[in-house]
Amino acid sequence: MTALVTRPLAALGATVLAALASVGRVALFALSAFRHILTPPFYGREFLHALMTVGYLSLPVVGLTAIFTGGALALQIYAGGSRFSAEQVVPQIVALGVVRELGPVMVGLMMAARVTSSIAAEIATMKVTEQIDALVTLSTDPMKYLTAPRVFAGLVTVPLLVAVGDTIGVFGGWFVSTQSLGFNAATYLKNTVDFLEASDIISSLVKGAAFGVIATLMGCYFGMNSGRGAQGVGRATKSSVVAAAVLILAANFLLTQAFFTT
Amino acid sequence: MISLENVHKAFGSKEILRGVDLHVARGESCVIIGGSGTGKSVMLKCILGLIKPDQGTIKVGGEDITATGDRDAFLARFGMLFQGAALFDSLPVWQNVAFRLLRGSLKRPKAEAREIAIEKLRRVGLGPDVADLFPAELSGGMQKRVGLARAIAADPEIIFFDEPTTGLDPIMAGVINELIREIVVEMGATAVTITHDMTSVRAIADKVAMLHRGKIRWFGPVAEMDSADDPYLKQFITGSAEGPIETLR
Repeated sequence: MTALVTRPLAALGATVLAALASVGRVALFALSAFRHILTPPFYGREFLHALMTVGYLSLPVVGLTAIFTGGALALQIYAGGSRFSAEQVVPQIVALGVVRELGPVMVGLMMAARVTSSIAAEIATMKVTEQIDALVTLSTDPMKYLTAPRVFAGLVTVPLLVAVGDTIGVFGGWFVSTQSLGFNAATYLKNTVDFLEASDIISSLVKGAAFGVIATLMGCYFGMNSGRGAQGVGRATKSSVVAAAVLILAANFLLTQAFFTT
Repeated sequence: MISLENVHKAFGSKEILRGVDLHVARGESCVIIGGSGTGKSVMLKCILGLIKPDQGTIKVGGEDITATGDRDAFLARFGMLFQGAALFDSLPVWQNVAFRLLRGSLKRPKAEAREIAIEKLRRVGLGPDVADLFPAELSGGMQKRVGLARAIAADPEIIFFDEPTTGLDPIMAGVINELIREIVVEMGATAVTITHDMTSVRAIADKVAMLHRGKIRWFGPVAEMDSADDPYLKQFITGSAEGPIETLR
């Protein structure tokens, strides 16, 4: 009878302890990554390579998702606004929705899909093929050589990607509104510019930086802690994307609350 | 040069090393044999500091490895050939070979590092045309040679070889064994090799250590290996399924 009560409790306790231990490990990994970003030696070539893969090569996917999202948002707001004769708010709501929320979140999730998965798979493969051990024997700290350049590249480039995504998203709304909803092009742009405030743009860029760090950090963490073989690489990749996506959405909520509810 | 005293290592409840004692003299080539899962790779990683032993002391050149302050300088004394070569996929062959010479305390100008890399590639029988290829473009045997060139690129005092002939055909295995022997003698380096391949043992070793159940079961000169009366060693070198070493069937 006692076992019936204690077993589920023990299982719950074990799960909670395991979850807390994981949080602790990720936090220590993040601290170590930032320490390595700030202390020499710095691997410039690795950083430039990370800038290319995390930032530049992500531009097409960010641009495409942003333009379609901005266009769809304009259509939704127009249709919804027409229910209470508020169709004219399309430029303002598109700008607000894209810059404050959809732009950064969409870019963050694209980063999780494109960058986190690729970092995790690459580092996990390096781990199972002993390339990480080889780095250590060649007097090179894997945290410094693999993690620090990628996380720093995420911190620097994702806000820029968010700025690009926001602009293209607003352009998508402008394009749909002027081509099929009958809005005047100049008035639409004027309404957009007049309505947006500096805090909207700052919050967007700060979110981008946070999401860039989360996306790259999760890729590195799960890659470095991958299990053995192809299955280990697969699990590391899957877990990294899930963790990055969930953390990005959670961080988005916390940052929105910090920026706009005080 | 390398000495291990009463080294223990367990992963959870699984004891891998149960009191390893081993001494490898300077300039000597010691080959460690033993069945799969007996802890050979763990022992090597403990010496390099990749894994921390639970108990015991490991000294390199009389210095306790746990007391080594400058890790970079400590590791610069070693070269290692990994089982699967462990070449960096993202770098061309010459940058793999010259990896240590392009960064850290042994950093040289790029042109000089490339020159050394090409010289080391030549030493392992590869031409300069290979230098700009990527590891994925090489055969298994060529990858091992590049791994060997990388291991000797910075003229280390100690070289570790982890299963150097695994996955190679017998002729290529023979070539790699000869190369290892020549290079170790030529450089005067201390070598520690892990292998299951008895042809490798005979070609490379001065001394042989057999690891069984986490302890050194037999240690002695390679010339005395065949005449030793240890039943475990006899079973291993003859590859017999019958004997004291438990086998799964």
